[in-house]
Amino acid sequence: MKALIRLFGAASVLAFASSAAMAEGELNIYNWGNYTNLDMIKKFEEKHDVKVNLDGYDSNEAMLAKVKAGDTGYDIVVPGDYMIKVMIGEGLLEEVKPNEMENFKNVDSQWVDVWWDPGRNYSIPYQWGTTSFTVDTTVYDGDINTLALMFDPPEVLKGRINMLNDMNDVINAGLRYLGYGRCNGNQDELREVLDLLMAAKPHWRTMDYATIEKLTSGDVDLSQTWNGAAMRARAQRETLQYAYPKEGFTGWMDNVAVLKGAPNLENAKLFINFMMDPENAAMTSNFARYANGIKGSEEFMDEEMLSAREIVMPEDAPEPDFVTPCPQEVVDLYNKIWTRLKQ
Amino acid sequence: MSAPPQNPALAAAIASTTRRERTTRAALLAPALLIILTISVLPLGITLVYSFLTPGTYGGVTWEFSVNSYLQFLFDRDIFDDTLSFNPAYLSIYLRSIGLALGATLGALILGFPTAYFIATKPREQRNIWLFLVTLPFWTNLLIRTYAMLLIIRDEGIINTVLMQIGLLNAPLTILYTDTAVFIGLIYSYLPFMVLPLYASLEKLDFNLVEAGYDLYANRLRVLFHVIVPLAKPGIVAGCVLVFIPGLGAYITPELLGGGKKLMIGNMIAMQFGASRNWPFGSAAALILMTLVILVLLVYARAARRKEAVHD
Repeated sequence: MKALIRLFGAASVLAFASSAAMAEGELNIYNWGNYTNLDMIKKFEEKHDVKVNLDGYDSNEAMLAKVKAGDTGYDIVVPGDYMIKVMIGEGLLEEVKPNEMENFKNVDSQWVDVWWDPGRNYSIPYQWGTTSFTVDTTVYDGDINTLALMFDPPEVLKGRINMLNDMNDVINAGLRYLGYGRCNGNQDELREVLDLLMAAKPHWRTMDYATIEKLTSGDVDLSQTWNGAAMRARAQRETLQYAYPKEGFTGWMDNVAVLKGAPNLENAKLFINFMMDPENAAMTSNFARYANGIKGSEEFMDEEMLSAREIVMPEDAPEPDFVTPCPQEVVDLYNKIWTRLKQ
Repeated sequence: MSAPPQNPALAAAIASTTRRERTTRAALLAPALLIILTISVLPLGITLVYSFLTPGTYGGVTWEFSVNSYLQFLFDRDIFDDTLSFNPAYLSIYLRSIGLALGATLGALILGFPTAYFIATKPREQRNIWLFLVTLPFWTNLLIRTYAMLLIIRDEGIINTVLMQIGLLNAPLTILYTDTAVFIGLIYSYLPFMVLPLYASLEKLDFNLVEAGYDLYANRLRVLFHVIVPLAKPGIVAGCVLVFIPGLGAYITPELLGGGKKLMIGNMIAMQFGASRNWPFGSAAALILMTLVILVLLVYARAARRKEAVHD
């Protein structure tokens, strides 16, 4: 069976390679959808005479599943923090030592000794942000910095809420609201979380990843979302405000890494170095609307991003909480809660 | 039946022809069979094997035999306590999906039958245009069609805007993100699958029989239910099967129009290969769905056989 899977993998690589074999070298990038600045890619292609092929995914798990299935032909992936740790543990990433590269000096020191890749032997920062929620302040004009707006909403917001269709984001928000720890295997506490979610669900209109569209179309007035998405939504609906709930919120970082057995290893290394250049990092931020963790990139960033509430956290906001991957027993429990919630 | 040929030479000639025919037939069938084997039977085999294995950490499988995936479908081993208890969560997801698919099938039949009848009773040279119009939506991707539906029925969509403009409504009708929206979406998506087989049946309908019914003092309803419907039955059954099966596994429609608050079979299976990290259970759930589909097809095949038997 493994051999057969390999065979199919090899066939797909062949198809991949033959699709664009014009330039001197190639680089196959597998990134989240709608997350790559094509101008930045063009700049890389011209600088190094490399043809870049771009493919997209919509969740860390989808990416992992594909990579685990074997020879994908991809060189570069952009996993989230916990997924970097998982992939290093599974031996799926190449130890390309970005920390010895020329541009590594530009990486903000707070993003070097991170728990998912201490010292940065495998990966470099791509974008980082927070997962909280954004709410229309003309609909609800009270204090927005509390998770109660999602779990015990005021009358005006009932039935006007979109939650992310994401098991971890929803359960983690519930755990924070109740004051319990993340990656929680405590069954009594989880039972309380389930009760909380079940009681709140009738007030939620939808559970969907397409948060910008839900907000700008007027389908909902509050949506759990990421800060960059909140900023993009605000561009079309000015009264939206991104909340920094006092109970806490998730922080995350997506990181550029090279897959083990990458067919274009040298080009992949060039790309890693390229992405640590402040100007190139800023190009990504200007497109995706998140911060990037590269020093000096502010200079090249759009004016409005430097003062936006979504990017610059207020002084009194809690520290973002970077959630570690949970053990399988906890995932199983979360999974059951999620299935109960949506049965 | 023809008598066996007397002439041995002729018999040999016939035998060689059939042999040659058989070789040709095999050669012609081989490519299609090969494709079916590699892209249908093989993955199905992998799914079957995976469903009896143990989930690997972070996805994938470990090669340890286990029937847990099937047990998990109905029973709960360790949510909150360690006893094996009945868990209706997955079953209710399946039942809701079946209910929605049945509803959509019924809706498509009610809408599709008059449409097919209308086309079948048009002059022959006009029918192709009408059929063309029925299949026209297929020129557009399902996702885009579903999205268009979303734009039409949303709170600030076309329907609500018009109804409020002409003063029929004060507040918008909440259709989007309800089961009603999923019904509408499913019926809209699969209606052509109902109309086409119905048309094929109704087109062959001998309208002299309808005339005869009226001559025998049957009223319109009696003619419909005692003459037309029985004759159109193969088309009705085929149409229902063609709408029910894709409706059962529908993924995009419930996701977009249903608002994602409730899992459907398709979404639940997809989840097992993603965030839930349980490939064996995903495989088992897919096989259970497939078994349901096969059961429906068996019922269909039996109905078709009965019909043949009647004709013989």
